[in-house]
This record gives sequence, C-alpha cells and structure tokens, in this order.
Amino acid sequence: MKRLVLGAIGAVLVGGAAGAAAPAQAQETPVLITGATILTAAEPFKIENGAVLFEDGRIRAAGPADEVDAPANATVIDGQGMFVTPGIVDAHSHIASDATNEGSVSVSSMVSIKDVIDPTDISIYREAAGGTTTSHVMHGSANPIGGQNAVIKHRWGSDAAGMLMDAPPTIKFALGENPKRSNSNTIPGVPQRYPATRMGVMDVIRQAFTDAAEYRARWEAYEELVARGDRSAIPPRRDLRLDPLVGVLNGEILVHAHSYRADEILQLMRVAEEFGFRIHVFQHVLEGYRVADEMREHGASASTFSDWWAYKVEAYEAIPHNAAIMTRRGILVSINSDSSEEGRHLNQEAAKTMKWGGLTEEEALATVTINPAVQLGIDDRVGSLEAGKDADVVLWENYPLSSFAKVRTTWVDGEVVFDVDADMAMRAERETEKQRLREMLGEAESDETGAARLRGGRGPGNRSEERAGI
Amino acid sequence: MNQTSNSPRRAVRSGGFRRQQIGSGATAFLLGSVAAACAGLLLAPAASEAQEAGAYAVVGATIHTVAEGVIENGTIVMRDGRIIAVGQDVEVPPGAEVVNGEGKHVYPGMIDAFSSLGLTEIGAVPATNDQSELGNWNPHLNAHTAIHPASEHIPVARANGITHTLSAPGGGGTGIAGQATLIHLDGWSVEEMEITESAAMVVSWPSLGGRGRGRFGGGGGGGNFREAQRRFDEQVGEMEDWFEAALHYRDALASGSTRVTRDLQLESLARVLDGGMKLIVRANGHREITSAVEFAEKWGLDIAIAGATGAREIADMLAEKNIPVILGPVQRTPSGRDAAYDDPNTLPGVLRGAGVDIAFATFNSSDSRTLPYEAANSVSWGLPRDAAMEAVTLGAARILGVQDRLGSLEVGKVGNVIVTDGDPLEITTRIEHVFIRGMPSDMDNKHDRLWEKYRNRPDSRPVVTTTT
Repeated sequence: MKRLVLGAIGAVLVGGAAGAAAPAQAQETPVLITGATILTAAEPFKIENGAVLFEDGRIRAAGPADEVDAPANATVIDGQGMFVTPGIVDAHSHIASDATNEGSVSVSSMVSIKDVIDPTDISIYREAAGGTTTSHVMHGSANPIGGQNAVIKHRWGSDAAGMLMDAPPTIKFALGENPKRSNSNTIPGVPQRYPATRMGVMDVIRQAFTDAAEYRARWEAYEELVARGDRSAIPPRRDLRLDPLVGVLNGEILVHAHSYRADEILQLMRVAEEFGFRIHVFQHVLEGYRVADEMREHGASASTFSDWWAYKVEAYEAIPHNAAIMTRRGILVSINSDSSEEGRHLNQEAAKTMKWGGLTEEEALATVTINPAVQLGIDDRVGSLEAGKDADVVLWENYPLSSFAKVRTTWVDGEVVFDVDADMAMRAERETEKQRLREMLGEAESDETGAARLRGGRGPGNRSEERAGI
Repeated sequence: MNQTSNSPRRAVRSGGFRRQQIGSGATAFLLGSVAAACAGLLLAPAASEAQEAGAYAVVGATIHTVAEGVIENGTIVMRDGRIIAVGQDVEVPPGAEVVNGEGKHVYPGMIDAFSSLGLTEIGAVPATNDQSELGNWNPHLNAHTAIHPASEHIPVARANGITHTLSAPGGGGTGIAGQATLIHLDGWSVEEMEITESAAMVVSWPSLGGRGRGRFGGGGGGGNFREAQRRFDEQVGEMEDWFEAALHYRDALASGSTRVTRDLQLESLARVLDGGMKLIVRANGHREITSAVEFAEKWGLDIAIAGATGAREIADMLAEKNIPVILGPVQRTPSGRDAAYDDPNTLPGVLRGAGVDIAFATFNSSDSRTLPYEAANSVSWGLPRDAAMEAVTLGAARILGVQDRLGSLEVGKVGNVIVTDGDPLEITTRIEHVFIRGMPSDMDNKHDRLWEKYRNRPDSRPVVTTTT
C-alpha cells in the first residue's frame, strides 16, 4: 500500500515540474518572437532578423521581422541573438509508454502502443526541454512483425488521450539480431522462440503476409456476396492479428522496419514487393549506405542514428557518414533518438551529419524536423515553420546545430511546455513540496530510500533501448 | 588486426616522415589512396632528408596552449617526440616537416580520463570483451595485459582528436576491478602505447541502492534503508579487510620475514597503500562518495572519484579535501524522476565553481570520440568554455598525474598536438592533423574507409547473365 501512496506522490512531484504547462485551451493571446534568426526547415531556410507569429495553436506567419505584423494584444518576445526552429520530430522513441515489447510471439501486430501511453513519463518534459515536440513511440524489436506504434505530441500535463496525435497508423517490423533474440537469451546460445536465424525472420514475415492475403481475399469474397445482395453470406471470423497486416497490404498502415545489415534490408524489400507493399521507413538502417540505390528504387526512406556503432555485431560496420551517403543517393533521411537521453539533444545529433559526410546546415536541420515529419505522414502539420502549421516552436539561446546549444522556450500547439525561467522558478517550490511530502512519510523511512523509490528505479542512463538489446 | 608496414600512404608520403603506426593496412591498401594523397599534400617536407630527426612544425596558427593562453599567428615545433618551441618568433629547424597553420587552430590532444578503449570491441559479444573479470577482488589484474592495439575503436577516437586515455578494467559489481593503464592512442604494440602501466587502481564503491549497481538496490524495491545500510557497511568492511591484509603483508615483508608467501593481490594493493598508485573510486551518490573519501583519509590514499553524478551536494567538501572528479557523460538522463532536467549539464560548472579539479570521460570505447561534446554540453550551463577545454586536456593530465608530460602546449612536454579548423569542443569542427609523441598519427580509420568505399559505389553494375 505504501508503494502505491509513494507512486502517487511521485506523480505529484512530476506534475509539479510541469506547473507552467498544465493542459489548457489553445492560447488566445498571440505570440510574436521577433528579431531572431529563424531556421524554418522550409523555403527560405534562414531568415536573419526574422519573426514568427502564432495564435490559437497555429503559426500565422514566419518571415522577415519587418514583414510580420503582430496584433496589438500579442505577447512580444525579443529574440535578438537567439534562434527559432520548428519543434524537433523524433521518428523513433520509446518514451511515454508503459510497455515496449510483446515479444512472446513472432507476430504481435495485434498490440498497440496507443493502449499503453504513460503521460507521466518525465522524459516527455525533459525532451521538450531539448526542443523535441513530437515523438513516434514505437513497439520494440523483439519480433519480426511487432506491434502498432503511436505518434505523440509532448503536451506535458495532458492525459494519455491528449498526448496522441492524429497521424497515419504505423507498424513496427524488425530484422536481424533482435528478433532472432541473439543477444537476449537467458540460456546463452539457446534460442527460445522461432525464429532464430535471418531465414526464419523472413519466413515469419512471408508466412504472415500469405495469411493476410488469404484473409483479405476471404473478406473481399464476402463483401462481393453482400454487394450482390446475398443475405446468407457468412462473414469471415475477425482476426485482430491479420487486420493490421491487411492494412499494410492496402497501403493504409505504414511499415517502419528495424534493420541493420544491408542484406536484410534488401531481402525485406523483396518480400514486401512480392506482396505488393512498400517498406515506408527503414529504422536504424545502419548499413543503408551499402544499398542506398536499392532503397531509393523501392521507395523507402531511412531513419538512423548519428554515430553509434559497435554495440553488437550488426552495428560493427555502422559509420557516422550513413545519413550523408543516403541523402546524397536521394533518400529522405531522418536522425532519431531511440533513447530518452538522445531525445534531449537531437539538434546536436543532426549537426553530426554536417561533420561526417558534409551535409549542409539546411539538410542537417531537416533530418530532425521536416524529414521525420514526412516519414510519419504529418508534414502538413509539423516539421517546419510555415503559416498554417501547428505552433510547435523552439526558441534557442544560441545556434542550435551546435554542442553549445541551449533551449530557452518550447511551445507545442502554441502552449509553453518548457521554459528555462519557469523551470528555474519552480525548483524552490518543488523542493519545499518534496520536503513536506517527506515529512508526511514520517521518520520511518530515510530520505535516501524514499528518494530511491520516488525515482521509480530508473537510474541514470545514456544507452538506448536498442543498445540495451531490447 | 592486419597492420602492415607496406601501406600505400607511406609511399605517398615518401618524402615524409618515419611512422610509428599505420592503421589497418589491408583495407587502406584498397581505399586509402585518395585520402592519403590529400594528407600527403598537406604535409610538405621542408627538406627531403633529415626525417630521422623527427622534427615537425605547425606554422602561422592560432595556438591554444591551455596552460599559458592563446598565441595568434604562432608556431609550434616538435622534435624527438617533444615540444621544443611554442611562440610567435620561433624558428623552424631545417629539415622539419611543416604544416601550414594559416587559419587553423592548434590544441593539445584530448584525454578521455576513463574508457574501455582497447579492452572491448563489440558490446554484445562476450568474446570481444576483456574489461570485466570474474570475481570482485582483482587488484592484481592490469588492463595493459589485455589492451588490443589493433582495435578499430582506437583510430576512430584518434581521428576526432582523442590522443590519450586511461584504459580501465571494471564494469562488474562492487569491489576492486584492477589496474588501469594510461596509453597514447598510437603505437604498434601496447608497449609503444603505454605511458603508465599502473596508472590507477580502479574500485567500484558499494552502493546504497537505487542506482542498480552491486548486489542490492535498483528497481526501487531493494529493501528498506536499514537493510541497505547494513549491506553497504558490510561491503565497505570487506574493502577494509583487503587493505588491512595488504598492510600486514607489506609490514611482514618489510620485517624481513622469509616465511611470507608472495601474494599478487596484496602486493598490488600494497602499492596503493604506499602511494605508488592512485585509487580511482567509481561512486555516484554523495553518501557513497563521502564514504570513499573517509576511507581514503583513513588509509592515507591518493584518490579520485569517477562518475560522481550526485557530487553536487558535497562539492565544497571535495574542493576542501582536494579530491578530483572524473565526470561521467554529461549526455545522460538525470538520475531520478524529480531531478532537474539539466542536472547533468550544470554539475561540472558547480564542481568547478567550488574549486574541484574535474576531467571528463566517456566510460566507453565506441563513444570515446564524443568526449569533447560531453564537455561542451556543460558550457551553456555554467562551466566556462576554457575550463571545459582544460578539463579534457591539462585537467585530465593533472588528475592522472602526468601534467608534467601531457595536457598543454609547453616546451618540454610530449608532442601531443591536434590541428583543427575550429574549436574542438564544437561538433562541426574538423580535426585535420593529430600528433602523438611528436609524430603525425594516421588519420585513417574504419569509418572513413567505409565512407570512401560506399560513397563511390557505382550507380549501376554491369549485368552478367549466367546459365547453369
């Protein structure tokens, strides 16, 4: 019982951190940031002495400061010496979810991350403090066909339903060592679940789509009978596992495939082509640089890491130039975090594509803004600073594509979800509240144990789920 | 792996210099020619002979000495492995290889103050991991016996300006992990790389829980605090027993007794007791750190703390007692849901501001090249930029006891020099030349080789039809 109480207190404390960001109606007072350098991730890319105006959760204008007129009631922020970018879009995340893997079966297409969104995950706030405003919260890579994913906005303070963004549905596939369970057997060397080889992985996918194609045909036959007025037609039994795969076959559900080696990337594209669908995004895709032309011809895009390598065999040939090579070969590339740590500085990870492989400033910023937005099918709403788009805006104290970058304020849908001054102001208040709660707990428990419990057991980390082999 | 003295680079640089290490030869043979040609052009020999003297100079650059300010339009000269001149009015000796430093910046090479470079290759493959031995009490083990000079990680780190590291055992549970070795990231063998074979004894301090190390704690369900405290005291007691045994062992030997059987574990610990080796204690929480400091005071040990995520609350104590700190990655999640979002970023500035000597470390191998960004990520949160630079150079050298040889650009120091097109703490800066022990290091590495190969993949391949 005590743990339950403590859990509730933890939630209160976390809520305290978000005091300024309680859910609210779309801000009615217009906001004008003026005098800043605007990096739009659209055309024109860079506006010196620019301005961004937003109101009612939407961007009204982004342009040269003298061309953007603000209403008289606007809150004006002097952005001189500062930078403004669109909110960062993270195409691969595992934050804000109560579970990641349904790994007990080889095909878990029937489960969805949408069912397990945890709006109290402090990472939502911390990543917003690093400029991230939208995240693709994905199922894990334990099985060849994983679950369905969710796209969330970092609307800190909102409930689970309020976090979810209305985005095209996506599903996780996974290739290589993780679905083979190469590095996660409890008995080393003994596979615990089919498949245990890359052959088996491809077989699971091919078999699943064979089933899905037949299932679709049964439904089509049934619907044809109904259309012809056959009242005695019996509908096929609904299969929640195959329904999403029919969605994939029909191009309604977008495939995001976890992948490493060039050969498995190629093979998955061929299996997909066999069934007439497309791999929308290859995730991780650390050897994408080896089969970039084939990926382009297939119509796949790529979402990769900036510079991680060597944490497992299939990552041993990873190079930080991957994003640049794929970009130069005509593939749409995003840089993702796959980590609640990396999700706090994707701007810096994007900057690495300039160093390794020589992408331009414009291309680099696109890898964490408009490109992932396109990959998630939400580029009509987020990913760039253009009139009409959601007011997901980041004000940086200094140049964002830099290891010295620091966020000043982050807005989601026009609402402040992080502000450095507000955060500082809340700290003393939070400390007082914490002290009061400790006193409520009494002297029976020392502060250290209480604090450890409040921490929820999540220690410091700088490894991704991926690097941990999840 | 496949080092060879027959690298094409050497041929291209034939007017060039004696080389101590050329990267992984076989692939370089296929791919290196373009890069090698470029590299060769940049280093024009001032004379065709006299290379055995090993004189090198960077001329007309902005020289950031770290110890003695910045010299505009300066020249630095290295000979026989050492820096022999730094300044504006410096003569380049005849026969020296000269790098045109116009528009370039010169810094000391950076030191990753705690890494597993050379001890691990692929994280998930136990066969490639030699960092963590069985058992909790291994003071006699030494990293240098397992450092793999041909690890692909070493040239990757070096190409981003990391020139030295403390390669350290550990990663297991609470106890004594063994001795760490300070190495140059260049050399044909570990003996050529080695600076200090036994640079430090590495200890993982017991934990009071909540941080997932040791036998208890973690998961938030690790029993009550009293139980945690009891186990903690028990483990510290075990540590005491080891040092006590080492003390008696040493005294017994000193007494001239012939009945003492040689004990490699105690012999190693006795070196720590005698001040012959620094003790680096891995600890994070302020209670754990305080406990370690008290232990060190009791036994008269020279210690540094590594990790120290919770050191904020005891910054003044650490400063007062002169205990240096090797900070773990700044790019980590704050420890605890209720910790401030910028807790890792502000910690270095707080410690430094209190007067604590700090260095940065990656505690990793493949990430070692990101060391400068760990330091940079504290700069907008209160650590002065020059202090961040010092922490990855002279500060680290000081903590590792080699400030007389490494860490700054001063006459008499080892020729440990990088030439850049900007601030090495900035991501987009390119490291153009690396000198280690006064010799140009090979900039080639696995990543550049694969980049060169695959960026040049032909757009289409000829189709050959075969029939069976």
